[in-house]
Amino acid sequence: MTVPTGRDDVMSIRTADDVVRVRQEVRSRALEIGLGLVDQTKIVTAASELARNTLDYGGGGEVRIEIVQNGGRRGVRLTFEDNGPGIADIELAMKDGYSSGKGLGLGLSGARRLSNEFSIESTPGVGTRIVIARWT
Amino acid sequence: MDRIPILKMGDALLITIQVDIHDQIAIALENDLTQKIATTGARGVLIDISSLEIVDSFIGRMLDNIAAVSRMLDAETVVVGMQPAVAITLVELGLGLTGVKTALNVERGMLLIQNRLGALGRDRAHRP
Repeated sequence: MTVPTGRDDVMSIRTADDVVRVRQEVRSRALEIGLGLVDQTKIVTAASELARNTLDYGGGGEVRIEIVQNGGRRGVRLTFEDNGPGIADIELAMKDGYSSGKGLGLGLSGARRLSNEFSIESTPGVGTRIVIARWT
Repeated sequence: MDRIPILKMGDALLITIQVDIHDQIAIALENDLTQKIATTGARGVLIDISSLEIVDSFIGRMLDNIAAVSRMLDAETVVVGMQPAVAITLVELGLGLTGVKTALNVERGMLLIQNRLGALGRDRAHRP
């Protein structure tokens, strides 16, 4: 079972500066639970992709950053939420190279590869919620 | 607005990226760099990313763009100093930076550019 431990932070994602702040916060939480350098880099990069998606496609939103525990392992769990236009075809959006905008189309599929856990829910006209986690 | 300095080193231009880059800085850099290539006739561009702790698809796209635009202006781009954890992450992200040459450090990047210039010089010398 996965249980949240300790404090959790909700950060708003409204500007490009917020994307930078999210990266810094995720890095510091990853360090805190003792993730190795490569794992830190992966989760921070995934966070950067998703935060930018939230900003560019979701019209802004927020991320909840939690430290979670599962048996002897600790993890960083990130929940990105926006009230943007949503994604009509998630399967298509998850494909490498698919992009609805100016990006390279690697945001979603790349973030999934860089995470140990990945889930996405989206309703057109309502918004999108993406949860990722990386474990020690 | 912050700008990234562009230094001239022989036939090459050196850019050291030390801060988190935003869209505005990236656009300014592309403009400044193309101007500088045109005015100096530089044949190579070295982009030192050794200070960057992550490279996401946004920065990756910027590097690809710079390389493509520089190539149009007859200058070769070499990205130098990538941290090992960044390299591992980039490949997993799916970003091979296939349009960009890389070198371990500035010195070896400079050598790549000089070798290219040497090869160009030889080609010219052989022309009747």
